[in-house]
Amino acid sequence: MTGSPRLPPVARAIVDGDRRALARTISAVENGDPRVAGIVRSLYPRTGRTPVIGLTGPLGVGKSSLLSVLIGQLRARGKTVGVVAVDPSSPYSGGSVLGDRIRLERKANDDGVFFRSMASRGEAGGIAASTREVARLLDAAGFDVVFVETVGSGQVDVAIRGVATTSVVILVPHLGDEVQTLKAGLFEIADVFCVNKADLPGADLAAKDLSELVALGAARDGWAPPIVPTSTTTPSGIEELWTAIDAHEQFLDSTGQRTQHERARLSAEIAERVKDRMGREVAERLTRDPELRRLLDRVVARTLDPATAAEELFRTHYAPK
Amino acid sequence: MARRGRTGPIRVLIAKPGLDGHDRGAKVVARALRDAGMEVIYAGLRQTPEEVVRAALEEDVDLIGLSILSGAHMALFPKILVLLKAEKAGNIPVFAGGIIPDEDARRLKKAGIKAIFGPGTTLQEIVTTAQRLARGAA
Ligand code: B12
Ligand SMILES: Nc1nc2c(ncn2[C@@H]2O[C@H](COP(=O)(O)OP(=O)(O)OP(=O)(O)O)[C@@H](O)[C@H]2O)c(=O)[nH]1
Ligand SMILES: [Mg+2]
Repeated sequence: MTGSPRLPPVARAIVDGDRRALARTISAVENGDPRVAGIVRSLYPRTGRTPVIGLTGPLGVGKSSLLSVLIGQLRARGKTVGVVAVDPSSPYSGGSVLGDRIRLERKANDDGVFFRSMASRGEAGGIAASTREVARLLDAAGFDVVFVETVGSGQVDVAIRGVATTSVVILVPHLGDEVQTLKAGLFEIADVFCVNKADLPGADLAAKDLSELVALGAARDGWAPPIVPTSTTTPSGIEELWTAIDAHEQFLDSTGQRTQHERARLSAEIAERVKDRMGREVAERLTRDPELRRLLDRVVARTLDPATAAEELFRTHYAPK
Repeated sequence: MARRGRTGPIRVLIAKPGLDGHDRGAKVVARALRDAGMEVIYAGLRQTPEEVVRAALEEDVDLIGLSILSGAHMALFPKILVLLKAEKAGNIPVFAGGIIPDEDARRLKKAGIKAIFGPGTTLQEIVTTAQRLARGAA
């Protein structure tokens, strides 16, 4: 492939498999460095056709361990894999210990795998603000499959749906009550359920409980999420897990839902970006612009309520005439 | 040079090369660097020199920290420095700690390890050195 001559040199390097160019561009994207905006923009047309598999679930259920064995399996089939694995940032120092790499087992000279750890940097929802853009860079770099591992938080990490084409919710036996509280979120997110640590007692029961819950929840757009028991220690169920993920990817294609979902994700992304941008601008003007300051004064003096003030501000300054 | 005009938090790789199960020191250092606001990639036990270098490049770190208490430092550290140079990444500073006799430490510093700390070093000293090295003021 000769590719477009318009690609800036760094973007060209990324597409041609230069892993250091990729690694450095990821850092710049994470840091919101405006110098890479052109690179990101030029690569966008090359994205959107790669399966992006989200792995989510509570702390310590085995997300990274499963990732490692899935990578092994895909490599054995000749597929290349890009990974971004998110861990939480400390709310106190802003620092982070990123430990997902500990479980990674692969040949050090294998260019078919690229693994990147990422700190959530204060973002709730299980991924960082830049995770989506980084997943896109991995897509543009040409990996056959991209994985995103979320922060293992207490709740279900909903934000992964804005990034992944297939989301795998990973649970373990004896989550009992926890599953009950996760319930609502689970169905919102899961395309595939995985009950990991199936080598431990209680796995059958957990899968059965889960299947009852799944049966209760109506199949979403004609897809009933399968439940796959796995163990990374035995190991077992890994091939079945990939088969389930792949089946969902094929379902997206055969039903036309891939484009439909992508459209919904992109719509949400644009709305989110506008909201961020406008939010910052309005906050700034409320401190500088005399007219807006007077509006704020009225709200502070309790002569105007915040909802009405927002509505008025939007109508007079932002709504199209 | 190491920071290349970067704005975000300092990224550090903490790795334990070789067949060494002593991981307390590495974890203590990792947490101290985190508490100083750095993003620390902890790669875990039993890393080959090749794996250490690969992780450093993929994670695009500003600094590499090696922890070793097994006595294999004279074989493993120079190997890592050579591999980094071969990848044109010799500009990433490397510092280390663990059980490393003074004489060995002198030779390793000559070979290019920027700083070496033994048992009892204060975490403040380690954090200050990490900040200095990552900012490229070696
Ligand atoms: C605790 C300990 C163990 C524990 C380890 C638990 C664990 N998960 O870490 C256990 C009991 C498992 C163990 C086992 C063994 N141990 Co042991 N162990 C120790 C001991 C007593 C303390 C180490 C420790 O945790 N210190 C606390 C931490 C915080 O200190 P630290 O690691 O030194 O880290 C500090 C600095 O060195 C520095 N630092 C460390 N790493 C890094 C990295 C960077 C980047 C930086 C900047 C700084 C830095 O900063 C830290 C803070 O000051 C030491 C003796 C000693 N006093 O050091 C022996 C010692 C390390 N063990 C030793 C030996 C021989 C063994 C065994 C082989 C014993 C055996 N024959 O079975 C096994 C091997 C295990 C294995 N698989 O590798 C020897 C090593 C001899 C050598 N290198 O020549 C020592 C020195 C004891 C001795 N005097 O003989 N051990
Ligand atoms: N018994 C058993 N233990 C497992 C299995 N898979 C993972 N573990 C263990 O579970 C622990 C956590 O594994 P990780 O893969 O780090 O889990 P994680 O979900 O990525 O953890 P976080 O990223 O911290 O949320 C480790 O001690 C693993 O060895 C399994 O199939 N069976
Ligand atoms: Mg993990």
